[in-house]
Amino acid sequence: MSSQDIPEESPSSEQDHAHGAVAVKDPFADPGLPAHRPRVQDIDERAAKRSERTVALLFTVSMLATVAFIASYVVFPVDKIVYIWPFGHVSALNFALGLTLGLALFCIGAGAVHWARTLMSDEERVDERHPVEAAPEVKAKVMADFAAGAEESGFGRRKLIRNTLFGALAMVPLSGVVLLRDLGPLPEDKLRHTLWAAGKQLINMNTNEPLRPEDVSVGSLTFAMPEGLSEHDHSFQTEIAKAALMIVRIQPEDIKDRRELEWSHEGIVAFSKICTHVGCPISLYEQQTHHVLCPCHQSTFDLSDGARVIFGPAGHALPQLRIGVNDEGFLEALGDFEEPVGPSFWERG
Amino acid sequence: MKKLSARRRHPLAAVVVLLLALAATGGLYAAFAPADKAQADETAQSLAIEEGKKLYTVGCASCHGTGGQGTSDGPSLVGVGSAAVDFQVGTGRMPAQQPGAQMPKKPVIYSQAEIDQLAAYVASLGPGPVTPTESQYSPEGADIANGGVLFRTNCAQCHNFTGAGGALTDGKYAPNLEGVSAKHLYEAMQTGPQNMPSFPDTTMPEQEKRDIIAYVQNVNSGDTATPGGLSLGGLGPVSEGLFAWVFGMGALIATAIWVAAHTAKAKKS
Amino acid sequence: MSTANDKRKAPAGERVADWADGRLGIYSLAKANMRKIFPDHWSFMLGEVALYSFIIIILTGVYLTLFFHPSMNEVEYHGSYVPMQGVLMSEAYASTLDISFDVRGGLLIRQIHHWAALIFLAAMMVHMMRVFFTGAFRKPREINWLFGFLLFVLGMFTGFTGYSLPDDLLSGTGVRFMQGAILSVPVVGTYLSMFLFGGEFPGGDIVARFYSIHILLLPGIMLGLLVAHLILVFYHKHTQFAGPGRTNKNVVGMPLLPIYMAKAGGFFFLVFGIIAIISAIATINPIWALGPYRPDQVSTNAQPDWYMGFSEGLIRVMPGWEVNLWGHTLVLGVFIPLVIFPLVLASIAVYPFIESWVTGDKREHHILDRPRNAPTRTAFGVAWLTWYFVLLVGGGNDLWATHFHLSINAITWFVRIFFFAGPVLAFIITKRICMGLQRRDRDKVLHGRESGIIKRLPHGEFVEVHEPLTQEALHTLTSHYQYTPAEVGPTVDENGVERKVSRIERLRARLSKAYYGRDNQVAKPTVEEYKEITSGHGHH
Repeated sequence: MSSQDIPEESPSSEQDHAHGAVAVKDPFADPGLPAHRPRVQDIDERAAKRSERTVALLFTVSMLATVAFIASYVVFPVDKIVYIWPFGHVSALNFALGLTLGLALFCIGAGAVHWARTLMSDEERVDERHPVEAAPEVKAKVMADFAAGAEESGFGRRKLIRNTLFGALAMVPLSGVVLLRDLGPLPEDKLRHTLWAAGKQLINMNTNEPLRPEDVSVGSLTFAMPEGLSEHDHSFQTEIAKAALMIVRIQPEDIKDRRELEWSHEGIVAFSKICTHVGCPISLYEQQTHHVLCPCHQSTFDLSDGARVIFGPAGHALPQLRIGVNDEGFLEALGDFEEPVGPSFWERG
Repeated sequence: MKKLSARRRHPLAAVVVLLLALAATGGLYAAFAPADKAQADETAQSLAIEEGKKLYTVGCASCHGTGGQGTSDGPSLVGVGSAAVDFQVGTGRMPAQQPGAQMPKKPVIYSQAEIDQLAAYVASLGPGPVTPTESQYSPEGADIANGGVLFRTNCAQCHNFTGAGGALTDGKYAPNLEGVSAKHLYEAMQTGPQNMPSFPDTTMPEQEKRDIIAYVQNVNSGDTATPGGLSLGGLGPVSEGLFAWVFGMGALIATAIWVAAHTAKAKKS
Repeated sequence: MSTANDKRKAPAGERVADWADGRLGIYSLAKANMRKIFPDHWSFMLGEVALYSFIIIILTGVYLTLFFHPSMNEVEYHGSYVPMQGVLMSEAYASTLDISFDVRGGLLIRQIHHWAALIFLAAMMVHMMRVFFTGAFRKPREINWLFGFLLFVLGMFTGFTGYSLPDDLLSGTGVRFMQGAILSVPVVGTYLSMFLFGGEFPGGDIVARFYSIHILLLPGIMLGLLVAHLILVFYHKHTQFAGPGRTNKNVVGMPLLPIYMAKAGGFFFLVFGIIAIISAIATINPIWALGPYRPDQVSTNAQPDWYMGFSEGLIRVMPGWEVNLWGHTLVLGVFIPLVIFPLVLASIAVYPFIESWVTGDKREHHILDRPRNAPTRTAFGVAWLTWYFVLLVGGGNDLWATHFHLSINAITWFVRIFFFAGPVLAFIITKRICMGLQRRDRDKVLHGRESGIIKRLPHGEFVEVHEPLTQEALHTLTSHYQYTPAEVGPTVDENGVERKVSRIERLRARLSKAYYGRDNQVAKPTVEEYKEITSGHGHH
């Protein structure tokens, strides 16, 4: 912005005085700092003594509180629970340590502030300000120095040096970027597959037993994982993050989506438990409406209609797992999910 | 009086008036807010005292149909079993007071004997989950830690980590589980009241239900230890943030005002 | 040294100071700063609350690192918390349980650390708003405003990474949300996610990586910025409110030594004490009740700490837009909130530069504005806060639903509408209030304070007596500077040649009018007006 952008009226800081010159007596003029008025403590030595005693008392309380802190640390067992109204059944140790520490600290602060407020001088003082901007002659000197330095370096003249230096400086951080490559593997098709495969039985997460169709009643909610996965597996967390399954049973005549019905077994439908929005394990199933809600961002899916989104920020339906029954009468998957589970991503397509 | 009127232009007058108005509003609200208990007692008297079917005809038939076949106002009760009746009537959810997104818990208006008679009648309409016996639901000796894992897999998504409750769609909600009896917890899992899905014994065996009950009663009761102090409702970061702003910042700003305020000056003359 | 000839030896303290001065030049430093003046006002201490809570966080954080194991190796728990016996969990979670239940005082330090973090962010926000509404960000303090803003943003992320360390079910859900948001980034989303997590979610690396970010990288940067922030505060000297004897060229207040040594030093202990007491009486983040993280488990009431709440609101209320084109997916439902998130923050950060462009004012400003005297700025600030608050409501929509017996869907729709309408309404209302207050000030200056005393005039009329203001009050109420709107100027110069007026120039003129036009600020009373009225009967 050029300097002509400053409003014409922009006053110099002497504006107030200039104003005062126009009128004989400016009623709005700055009357200057009001005279200092003494506090009780300034004129009454007894009051000052009282303040002194208060400050000393606060510091003493702080000392006692620290002693009490150490005593509490020694005395109270770490697992002692006591009832203290209105806080509830709290840890005696935490309560005692916190209060004594708080008191010890607070009293130091209160003492210091009371001291400053009542006994130290409360006369207001004035400091002058100086403009941040340098005086023109200082600026001129700096500019001249810089020009001399730049000239002596030959930076402007020897373009070859300058350009290669820029090149070198620009390239050297690349090494740092390259070093970050091994932070993790490439995505490849990792997000497209889960542990589910044709013939894998549906294992009840509660019992760790395979599920039978007759176990799953209408209105019930069951969670399943693929056969062969165990909580103790090293990769359990990563696998269950994709493979978690939610199983409900809907009267076949209530299922509105044809493919959903085809992929179900006598109304037993298996959907991914991982929300297609950002991946929360969605499972707030309302058995009368067949709606399932995500507790994180309230995406709502209709499990009776292909798990399509009926509310909230999710972009597409929950993937369904095609299931059937094997020869022993257990529920099994008829393949992996046909689309990636969980949140959408660029390559999802 | 004269003094008061002279001060009505005082800079702090507005604050005082506001405080008085707030106090008055609160007082009026407290005085006129509906007294739930008294009303419920009244209904208790007006509602039936008879037994079994008679009880049903008076208290339930208008919505659920004379034979329990259901109407547009209430679902069929054929096959819901005695456990469902014991839960719904035993927690006061039934009989319903008015239609709504969800039937709330209310003071119970039937005696346990009457509830048992009603349950026997409804159970006779068709086979369904049977009211559990104490040996089924008693949390005695159950595995609390396993109950916790099961609770987080099956229940926490709606009822919150420790069963403090949470919101569902369109005004429905999962209620707080504090103070719910072991029997009612068991029946709820078994029967799936209202929009709650059921967790039948075939997918969640009796023992696991007992574990869950033991966990809920351990982490969400009046006696639950909250070692750190006030639990703030157990609702997580929202109530914590509110507390930090209101009490934390409140106390700190009050202190800052004290630190920066000018000390009282000695009176002139 | 001149004292070499003196017979008596200087006192020990002085000799130490001499020694230090010979090496560090502390006397010159002290000359400039020891009696430095700071003005007294409670709102000037908000930044101190932030500074002190930051120090408290560092002290307690160092203690916590002594016991915390930033590892995601699965272990079976056998500590003293009964409801977790035998449960599989990561070492990070198990060690946090140990800090809470087996280390004496560990729970207290954890709670102080977390409460201080919430208060740190809250204090920074309030401090920032104080600076905003009083115009303290104006020249020469724009850079310090940006430093402060960066501290706030970095504080948010430091908080987020710290909140995620215990690897509990709540924070794990937050990390999952972050991962989902990263996946939504076009083209590189999956790569970023794989690199950050060392593979697929959740993998075994994220806690250790967040750990080094949380305890080293971000606090290191913040410490640097904080020092720079404080140096600039010292260098610029503190702003002050208008008042008798207070001008743009001075600073009136109390000296650092002894008053502010005692007051500011004491205030540190007060802040620490209050936070310690809060930590004694109120639980924060009871991770033992939340359970260890498992990607197939979740709880309702899944929210981040308050300072991330507005981003949670953004993502909750966004419609689920998703575009599939040429075999690629554009996840607008997640990506748009991810883009708006920094924009919400940036919109307040850039404001000082917009205002200085509109005013074209190149002067230094050390006298603070009363918010009413800058109606457009104040209205903008309130609009921004409204925006922020509406999003916070969105972030906690499930709790609003359960606690006010509302439908979660209705709240979501409310937030969707008020995301747009709220700031506009707030802007209009605030501006009107400011103008009203300006008019009131004007009346007060011209007619005096309404005393509440009713006088009956001889002819029967009742009037209220107005007390004239003191000169101090008159000066305070009239000392603010009022801009006149910038004009585009004549489009034809004296030779009749048409001058090109750029679109930018026109925009600036229009904005300037919106700021300082006749209908957008109330002209303060002039001396002539005052004299005309007071030369009459004094009161009416």
